[in-house]
Amino acid sequence: MRHVISILLENETGALSRVAGLFSARGYNIKSLTVAPTDDPSLSRMTLVTHGEPQIIEQIIKQLNKLIDVVKVMDLPQGSYIVREMLLLKVASSSTDDCALIKRISDIFRARIIDVKKRTYTIELTGRSDKLDSFIEAFECQTVLEVVRSGAMGIARGNIALHL
Amino acid sequence: MKLTGAEIFIECLKAEGVDTIFGYPGGAVLYLYDELYKSADSVRHILARHEQGAIHAAEGYAKSTDKPGVAIVTSGPGATNAVTGIADAYMDSVPLVVFTGQVPRPLIGNDAFQEVDIVGITRPCVKHNFLVTEVEKLAETIKKAFHIATTGRPGPVLVDIPKDLTIDTTEFVYPDSINMRSYQPTVKGNKKQIKKAVDLILEAKQPVIYSGGGVISSGASKQLTALARRLHYPITNTLMGLGAYPATDKQFLGMLGMHGTYEANQSMHNVDILIAIGSRFDDRVTGNIEKFCPNARIIHIDIDPASISKNVSVDVPIVGDVKEVLNAIEIELDSRDDNIPDQAALEKWWQQIAVWRSKECLKYDQANDKEIKAQYVVEKLWEVTKGDAYVSSDVGQHQMWAAQFYKFDKPNRWLNSGGLGTMGFGLPAAMGAQVAHPEATVTCITGDGSIQMCIQELATCMQEGLPLKIINLNNGFLGMVRQWQEFFYQKRYSSVRMEKQVNPDFVKLAEAYGHVGMRIEKPEDVEAALKEAFAMTDRLVFMDFITKQEANVYPMIPAGAGLNEMILV
Ligand SMILES: Cc1ncc(C[n+]2csc(CCOP(=O)(O)OP(=O)(O)O)c2C)c(N)n1
Ligand SMILES: [Mg+2]
Repeated sequence: MRHVISILLENETGALSRVAGLFSARGYNIKSLTVAPTDDPSLSRMTLVTHGEPQIIEQIIKQLNKLIDVVKVMDLPQGSYIVREMLLLKVASSSTDDCALIKRISDIFRARIIDVKKRTYTIELTGRSDKLDSFIEAFECQTVLEVVRSGAMGIARGNIALHL
Repeated sequence: MKLTGAEIFIECLKAEGVDTIFGYPGGAVLYLYDELYKSADSVRHILARHEQGAIHAAEGYAKSTDKPGVAIVTSGPGATNAVTGIADAYMDSVPLVVFTGQVPRPLIGNDAFQEVDIVGITRPCVKHNFLVTEVEKLAETIKKAFHIATTGRPGPVLVDIPKDLTIDTTEFVYPDSINMRSYQPTVKGNKKQIKKAVDLILEAKQPVIYSGGGVISSGASKQLTALARRLHYPITNTLMGLGAYPATDKQFLGMLGMHGTYEANQSMHNVDILIAIGSRFDDRVTGNIEKFCPNARIIHIDIDPASISKNVSVDVPIVGDVKEVLNAIEIELDSRDDNIPDQAALEKWWQQIAVWRSKECLKYDQANDKEIKAQYVVEKLWEVTKGDAYVSSDVGQHQMWAAQFYKFDKPNRWLNSGGLGTMGFGLPAAMGAQVAHPEATVTCITGDGSIQMCIQELATCMQEGLPLKIINLNNGFLGMVRQWQEFFYQKRYSSVRMEKQVNPDFVKLAEAYGHVGMRIEKPEDVEAALKEAFAMTDRLVFMDFITKQEANVYPMIPAGAGLNEMILV
C-alpha cells in the first residue's frame, strides 16, 4: 500500500542524508522524496512516498522518529490527504500540427505553456502523480526532450495538521 | 573570560564529571592534547595502541559502570580506525562520546591530508553525530552529545571538531540542562498497557521471562529479580543480559538462543505468556522466526519503540525505561487482591522444565580426556574468582563457553560484544573495566584468533599498570568458524588453522610486553595455574591454555531451525 509520510526535521546539514541513509540501510523503498525549508527557518518539511506492508510502515515511522534530527512524523491518513506534484515537460515541435496538438493536450490537462522557443515547448503541470503520468503519456507520439518532476508533496485534509 | 575551543573541550569534560578518556593523538587534535596535558590531574588520558582499542576500552569502562565511556582520536585514519568500536557500541547500546579531530574548516572538502568525512562514514552506526562548525556551539554540542549518549536507548555519539576551531575563542558557558524538541525519549510506561501486562502475567500457566541487555543498561536487575522471585517464574537471559538475574539461582534457565541451554529454548518454544524485558528478539535468539514461540502471547518492555514488533509482533508493547516499568508493574501487582498466578499450573510447568533440565545439555567430560577442555577452564576460573570477577570475552567458541559456564550473579560484570561480534573486543574492554575498577579482579576470556586482533593493547596494560588476567583458550583454530565448516561444509577447513607453528609463542609474547606468561597443557594443572595467576594481583598474567583442538560448542540451533530443534552433544 502507498503511504505518504510527512516529516518535520531540523534544518541542519546532514539531516536529509540521515533520512535517505536510513531508507537505504534498512532496505525500505522510497518512491519519491521532497524537502524544503518551512515558514520556520529552523525546520524543513519532507514528503516521502513509500510502499509497504503495515508492519514495515510502522517500522519506518518508528525508525524515522528515532533519528535525532527528526522532530515530527505523520503517516498521512489513508484516503484523507492531498498530494500534489509538479511537472516541467519539454517537447519538440517541428510543425504547426505539433503546436496545435501540444496546445490542445495542455488545455485538456489545464497545463500551462511557460516557454516557447523555435522548436520547443516547455509546459508546467501540477496535480496528482497519476495525472502527470497520463499527461506524459499523451505526448507519446511527440518527441519528449525532458521530463522534470518534483516528487510528491502531501498534506492531510481538514484540521489534521503537522506542526510543532 | 574567553577560552579557546581546546580549553572549552576540557572544561566540558570536567563539567560532565569525566575523569578518564581513552585515546590516541595526532595532528588534528594537537591543541586538544595540549590541554589534556595541562589537565592531567583531573582527566586521566589512557593511551591505547590502536584507536579500535581505545573505543573498546571506553566500552569496557561504560559497560562495567553506569557512566559513559569517552574517547578521543585524530582525524582521517584515527577516525576510521575507531569505526569498528563505534559500530560495536551502537549494536550493543553502549553510551559513548567519541571526539574526532577534523582538518581545519577551510580545508574541509578539499581532500586535505588526513581528511575523511567521519560524520558521513559513521552516520549509520552512531546514535547521533555532530560536526562542530563554530566555537560558540562547542559547549552546547558536547552537552547534547552526553545527553543523547546516556539517555533513552544509550549509544555512541560522535563529535567531530575541526582543528582551527580548537584555537578560536569564545565565552565558556556550559548549559545546566538541555531540552531538545526532537529528542524526548519515553521513560514511563503507559498505565493502561501496564494493567494489560499484569492481566496477562497473572493468566500465565507456562510463563517465561526473557530478559536482555536493556535490564543492565537501565540498572534494573534488582527490580527484575524481585519480579521473577515474587511470581516464581522461570527466567532466561540473552547473551547481553547475563548477570541481570543471578545465574546460580534455581529459577534461572541459563542463556537462550543459538548456544543457549536446552531448558531455556524448550521453555521458550512452549511458553504461553512471554515476558520480554529489555531484549530485542535478535535472530541469534529467535532462531527461525516462523517457528518462534508458536503459542505465546507476548509482553515486550523496551525503551526503544523501534525494537517493538520489529522482528516478532507482540501483544502488549510497553515503551519505557525498564526500571520504571518494572516498578510500575510491581505497584500494579500489589494493588490487586488476586495477584497470585495459577500455582498448580506453575508447578506442572516447573516439572516439565525439570525434565528438560535433566538432559544436562552442558555436560562435558574432562575426567577421561588428556586434553584440556575449554569448558573446564571456565568452570575453574569461576571457582577461583569466586564468581565475582569482571569478565570480558572476545568472539568465538570461547565466548559461548564463557557465557555458558561463568555464572554471573551480578550485572555489569560480563563485558561482551554481542551485536557486532567483534573479535578484538576482549582485551581492550577488560582494560577499560580495570581502569574503572582498579581494585577488582578483571579477566579476559579470549581465543588464539581474537587475541591477536588487539594484542597491541598489552603495551597499554604495561604502561598503565593494569593487572588483567588473560585466559587464552588456545585451540589452534578460528574455532567457531571451524565448527561451522565441520558441521555444514564437510570439514573443509578453509583458512581457519592457526596451529602451534603458525600462532606466536604467547608466553614469550606476553613476556616481550613485560608481563607474565604461562602455558598450561594438562587438565590437572589448570586449577593450580589459575590460583597462581590470580594470586599475582599486581601484574598482568597471560595464561595460554592449550585446549582440545576440534571441540564444539553444544547445544546448538542450526541456522533456519526453531528453538525446539537443538542439536545436543
Ligand atoms: C573482526 C572479526 N572478523 C571475523 C569474525 C568471524 N569470526 C567469528 S568467530 C571467529 C573465530 C574466532 O577464533 P578464536 O578467537 O580463536 O576463537 P575460538 O572460536 O577458536 O574460540 C571468526 C573468525 C569476527 N567475528 N570478527
Ligand atoms: Mg581459537
